[in-house]
Amino acid sequence: MPLLKNGALVDDPWRRLADDDPLPGTDAVIVTLARWRADRALAGRRGPLGLALKNGDAVPPLAGEIQRFELVALEFPKFTDGRAYSQARLLRERLGFAGELRATGQVLPDQLLFMQRCGFDAFEIANGAPLEAWRKAIASFSVFYQPTGDGREAVNSRRRVLGSRI
Amino acid sequence: MYRYDELDRTFVAERVAQFRDQVRRRLSGDLTEDEFRPLRLMNGLYLQLHAYMLRVAIPYGTLSSRQLHMLAQIARRYDRGFGHFTTRQNIQFNWIKLQEAPDILADLAAVEMHALQTSGNCIRNVTADHWAGAAPDEIEDPRIWAEIIRQWSTLHPEFSFLPRKFKIAVAGAPTDRAAVKVHDIGLRMHRNEAGEAGFEVIVGGGLGRTPMIGKTIRDFLPKRHLLSYLEAILRVYNALGRRDNLFKSRIKILVHEIGAAEIARRVEEEWAEIRGGALELPIETIAGIAAQFAAPAFAPQPQSVLEIDALRFGEPGFARWLKANVAAHRERGYAIVTLSLKPEGAPPGDASAAQMDAVADLADAMSFGEIRVSHEQNLILPHVPRTALPALWRALAALNLATPNAGTITDIICCPGLDYCSLANARSIPVSQRLTRRFADLARVHDIGDLKIKMSGCINACGHHHVGHIGLLGVDKNGEEFYQITLGGSAESDASLGTILGPAVSSEAVVDAVETLVETYLAERRQGERFLDTYRRVGAAPFKERLYAAA
Repeated sequence: MPLLKNGALVDDPWRRLADDDPLPGTDAVIVTLARWRADRALAGRRGPLGLALKNGDAVPPLAGEIQRFELVALEFPKFTDGRAYSQARLLRERLGFAGELRATGQVLPDQLLFMQRCGFDAFEIANGAPLEAWRKAIASFSVFYQPTGDGREAVNSRRRVLGSRI
Repeated sequence: MYRYDELDRTFVAERVAQFRDQVRRRLSGDLTEDEFRPLRLMNGLYLQLHAYMLRVAIPYGTLSSRQLHMLAQIARRYDRGFGHFTTRQNIQFNWIKLQEAPDILADLAAVEMHALQTSGNCIRNVTADHWAGAAPDEIEDPRIWAEIIRQWSTLHPEFSFLPRKFKIAVAGAPTDRAAVKVHDIGLRMHRNEAGEAGFEVIVGGGLGRTPMIGKTIRDFLPKRHLLSYLEAILRVYNALGRRDNLFKSRIKILVHEIGAAEIARRVEEEWAEIRGGALELPIETIAGIAAQFAAPAFAPQPQSVLEIDALRFGEPGFARWLKANVAAHRERGYAIVTLSLKPEGAPPGDASAAQMDAVADLADAMSFGEIRVSHEQNLILPHVPRTALPALWRALAALNLATPNAGTITDIICCPGLDYCSLANARSIPVSQRLTRRFADLARVHDIGDLKIKMSGCINACGHHHVGHIGLLGVDKNGEEFYQITLGGSAESDASLGTILGPAVSSEAVVDAVETLVETYLAERRQGERFLDTYRRVGAAPFKERLYAAA
C-alpha cells in the first residue's frame, strides 16, 4: 500500500503485527489496542511502537499512555464513516499527540484536506489516483472557517487581523 | 443582511472551481457515477426521476432583491422558468443539465450564494425564524447566530461525514416560528433570571419514519459558548450515532436509545474540555456579524392610513388579505407581508421567473430590498410600510401572489412527491391542487380559520405530515396511491405529533375525507377554537365516526 507523507510517496517502514504474531526485536511495528493492553512485554520494548485504534475506541482514556507511541493509525472502513476525524482531533488537540497520525482504509483524494485539517499527516492510499490528484486536493482551498489545531488560521482570527489594519 | 467579505468570496470561488473540475472528470469518464455521486451531493446536485435537481441554499431564508433576480435568471436560463421553494427555506431547480451545473454555481457565487451542504450527511443549511428582524416579540435577530453557525459548519472537517444529515434551526423569540423542536438541534433564545439572553438547547427532534419531539438538554446556554457547545454535541453524535442502519442513524434515535439525560451528561463532559477555547466567540466577532443584520432605516409613519380603512370595507379580498397575510411589525407603521405561493390549483412553493423578478422589484420599492422564504413555502416581504399596503396588494394580486390564505387550510405544505422524487410512493402535488380547488371559497376558508395541512409522498416526511393539524401521508397499496391521515400535529411552541386516525383512504376519496374532517370540526368547535384546539379537546372519536361511518 503506497504511503503518502509530506506530499510525496514514501516507503513504509512500519509493519502491522497481528495479535498472535511473535514480537520482533527492534522493527517498527503497529499493534492493536487489545494487544497493547494484554502484552506487558510491549511497554519495555526497544524499537518504534505504533498503535492501531478501532473507530469505536475512546481516545481520552489513552491520555496517560499515548506518548509511548511513535505512530497512531486510525481507520476509515468506508470514506463515508467519519468517526476517525473526531478521534484524530482528540489525539492532536486534547492529548497533544505529536507522532505520526496515519489514515488507513478508504482514503480518497476528495477527503484528504479534511483529514489533514483534523491532524492526519500520513495516508495509506489506494492505488489509482495519480500523485497530482492528491496534491491538487490539498491545495483546493485557502480559506477555512474552523479553528482545528492544524496550524491553518481560521477566518475569525484572519478577520481580526484584517480589521486591525483598517 | 450579511455580505460576503474577501475571505467568503475566495472560499466560494474555490468551491466552484473544485466542482467544475469534478464535473469535467465525470463527463470525461474519469469518474464513475458511484464515485461522482457523493461529490455532486455535496454541492446539492441530485439525480431525480427525469433530470438533475439542484438545491440551492438560502441561509436562514433571507434573500436580497439582487439574489432573487439571480434565482429568476437561473430558472429562466437553466430550468423551465420555475423554481420550487422548500420547507427548509431552500430553492430547488428540477430540470438541470449536469454540464451546466458549474455555471449555475458560478452565477450563484456572483450574488454570494451557493449550494453547499444542501445534501449529504453533514450539517445542512441552517434555518431560522422567517420573521427575523421584524417580529414584535423578538429578543435578538436569530440570523446573527444562524450566520455564525453557517460559517462554522461550512466544510467542517470533522463533521462532513456524520452518521446522517444534521439540521439546526434557530429561533430568536419566545414564539417558535422555526420548528425548533423537530430539528436535530433546535436553539430557542430566551432570557434568564438575570435578564441575559441565551439559548435553550433542544436535541433529537425530527420527522421522517420515526418522528420525535426534541428534548431540552440545556435550559440556558450563554451565547458566546454557542459554537463550543454545538461542537460538543456533534462530537458525541459522530462517535456514538448508529452507522449500522440508515433508518436509525439520526441523532433522535441516539437520544431515544440512551436517553436525554445521558446525552446531556456526555455533551456536558465534552463541552467542559473545549469551552472557553478557540471556539469561544470574541465580542467583536459577534458585533461584526450583528452589525450586518442591523435594522433598515425605518422612517416615521402616519398613525393611520385612510386608504387601508376604505379598502378594508370596500374590498373583502383586501380585508381577508390584511387578516391572513399581513402581520404586526416591531416598528410602528410597518408590517410583515406573506406572499402566498399557494394559489388555487397551483403546486405549493413554486414561483415563476417572472414572479421572482417582480417580487424582487417590489422588495426594492417597499421592503428595503429584502425577501424571506418561510418553511411554510411562502415568500415574505419583512419590512413594508403600512402606507404601501394597498399598492402592494394590487401589485401582488396581478402576480397571483395575493391569495389571502396564509395559515389557512389551503396554505398546504407539500413535498414534490411522485411527480419528481425517486423515493415517493404517491403523488402529493396533484392532491394539494385538488384540495385548493375544493376549498377555493375564501369566505369559507376564513371561517375554517387556522388549519395546517401537511402532506408527504412517502415516510421520509419531507412534507412534515406528522406535525400538520391534518397530516396526509402517501402510501402505496398494491400499486395504487392511498393516503394515511393523521390528526393533531403541530410544529410550533405547542409541538406535538399527529395520531393516525384510521385506515388510509384512496386518492379518489382523500379530498372528500379532508372535507368531512373539516365539517366535523365546524360542528364540534367552540367559540375561538382552532381545528387543533377542538381536536385536542374532543379527541379523535367524532372525526373517526364521521369519516369511517359510511365505509
